[in-house]
Amino acid sequence: MDRNEVITKLKAYICSELLNNADYPIMIDQPLITGGLMDSFSLAQIGVFVEDAFGVYIPDTDLTVNNMDTLNLMADEVIERAG
Amino acid sequence: MISEETKTLIQPIIERALHQPDRLVLVFVHEDGMQERVSAGEFYREAGLFADSLRNQGLGVDDLVIVVLKHSRELLSAFWGSLLLGSIVSIFPYLTEKLDPQLYMERVKTLVANEGARAVITFPEFKDDLSNLLSNVDCRVISTDDVLGGPKHTGDGFVPSGEFQADKIAFLQHSSGTTGLQKGVALSHVSVLNQIRSLSQALHLSTTDKVISWLPLYHDMGLIGGFVLPIVAGIPLILLSPFHWVRDPKILFTYAAEHHATLTWLPNFAFNHCVRGIRRSDIQTLDLSSLRALISCSEPVRRDSFELFLNRFQEQGIQQGMLQASYALAENTFAATQTVPGELPFYDWIDIKSLQIEKYAKPVVPESEGSFPMVSNGKAIPGTEVAIAGPDGKHLPDRFTGEIILRSNCMLTGYYHRPELTEQVMIEGWFHSGDIGYIADGNVYVSGRMKDMIIVGGKNVFPQDLEAIANTITGVHPGRVVAFGVDDIKLGSEGVIMVCEVDADHLSEQEKKRIESDIRQRIVRETEVVLKELRLVDERWLIKTSSGKIARNDNREKYLRIFNY
Repeated sequence: MDRNEVITKLKAYICSELLNNADYPIMIDQPLITGGLMDSFSLAQIGVFVEDAFGVYIPDTDLTVNNMDTLNLMADEVIERAG
Repeated sequence: MISEETKTLIQPIIERALHQPDRLVLVFVHEDGMQERVSAGEFYREAGLFADSLRNQGLGVDDLVIVVLKHSRELLSAFWGSLLLGSIVSIFPYLTEKLDPQLYMERVKTLVANEGARAVITFPEFKDDLSNLLSNVDCRVISTDDVLGGPKHTGDGFVPSGEFQADKIAFLQHSSGTTGLQKGVALSHVSVLNQIRSLSQALHLSTTDKVISWLPLYHDMGLIGGFVLPIVAGIPLILLSPFHWVRDPKILFTYAAEHHATLTWLPNFAFNHCVRGIRRSDIQTLDLSSLRALISCSEPVRRDSFELFLNRFQEQGIQQGMLQASYALAENTFAATQTVPGELPFYDWIDIKSLQIEKYAKPVVPESEGSFPMVSNGKAIPGTEVAIAGPDGKHLPDRFTGEIILRSNCMLTGYYHRPELTEQVMIEGWFHSGDIGYIADGNVYVSGRMKDMIIVGGKNVFPQDLEAIANTITGVHPGRVVAFGVDDIKLGSEGVIMVCEVDADHLSEQEKKRIESDIRQRIVRETEVVLKELRLVDERWLIKTSSGKIARNDNREKYLRIFNY
């Protein structure tokens, strides 16, 4: 699975669906939850999106702020499971 | 279910422990999914350990105990242990990953000092920090290890020292807001018992019911609906962790199905969160038909949230007649109104313009132009009267909007140590809620509120708190900030918008980004609030009142107009 593609898709989803601004300039290492951009409720939604978009199931125990605070961290979680 | 002879909340707990020690009180679900079944005997014994420990530390009747614990068996035992001893107890929200730990501890200290708390019960990891902070205050810090690690208790366990009066204060429910705005709603044993009796009647509660809840216990909905009511009424409770549910909303359904739960309370946004945050593959085979009431309360109930939820989970057995609503407020212990379980949600289609201009909820043809479906919160529960008051205090006829006022047998004793605040809201025996609404054929509808408060995901947020934080950020013109709520359909709640005046013409893009990032981060670390949108605008954008204050509502209107909401 191509890392850039994963990040691009995650970013597009997060900006349009969760931040309500498709052009929001988020960087790959920007803390989204602890930075006050995204609520921790969003993690469950990202879990749903990741399953639909990449066919990857991130167990809820890994859908935590520590594991998912930036685009890079999220991409790690996805790619690791995609094998 | 609770006999008329019952005078205090602890009587049923003691009696069941004595006569039916093996009866199931609750299924406690840990964050890792481990389940523990707790019997009446065990529940009482554990609470007794805390009561004993508090007594040994010199605490007694009417001393205030603050509980600073996360989802755990100890949290439940510390609460009931304090009640057994006759102390006044209050649960403080637990520290989260988003909050600044230092600030959090300071808040505990301020609350302890303002309210004269005599003890704080917390986990061992917080004990040293809190002890240092509270070294100048006459308040003991007791860790769960101090209680559970001591000599093992044998024999009969805790023996209460005597009977309490029914009108004695049992616990405090704290409103949100920073400490200056925070109020401790003091509730007596008799008020809480009356609430439980009335709500049990309104919900047709029986011993075949089972409550499931993921709600936090520092808020009235979780504390009463999802904890005190089932425990006192003797209905098994399946208790989940709020953090766990936020991360993984399906757990409400998986455990409801496993234990055949019948009742649950949810703020409106939770219906949306279930729809948006549950993976289809996780719930395909679940059967939720045991649920007879999912009660929406603590933020405005929306028809679109109900419809979304129903469409999505029909296959799992969710039906319209399960979707219920209630108007609740901590000052009335909890519920003031309740719809009838089994009956379909009732929508009152009204003309929006009449409501806004004439303050009259004019009924119109459903779905016609300019109409809006108000969701009924049901009728007043037994023992509570609800009325609508006009600006002159006179009661208004049906369908006219005004302040929702109530009087009841389950009303607060007062705001703890704040008699001046109690006087402001209790006028000639009626509690003035600050909520705006109307009544039609006995059904109560909530259409707005008088205060500037914003309700985000069931949590009350005060814009003043957020503005005060933004005012301290370098680059923001102090005093030139406004925050307000707007409808957020996706969230099923309100979103918080903030507009700040900066020197926009002279700031680089990078500097603007820095300001935005500073504001967002500070706000989330101090309040956990995530801004839906933050606009940096040029000087003189914000509208001021004639007295020079920022006019919150006018700026909200301007924002909606200009940014085309």
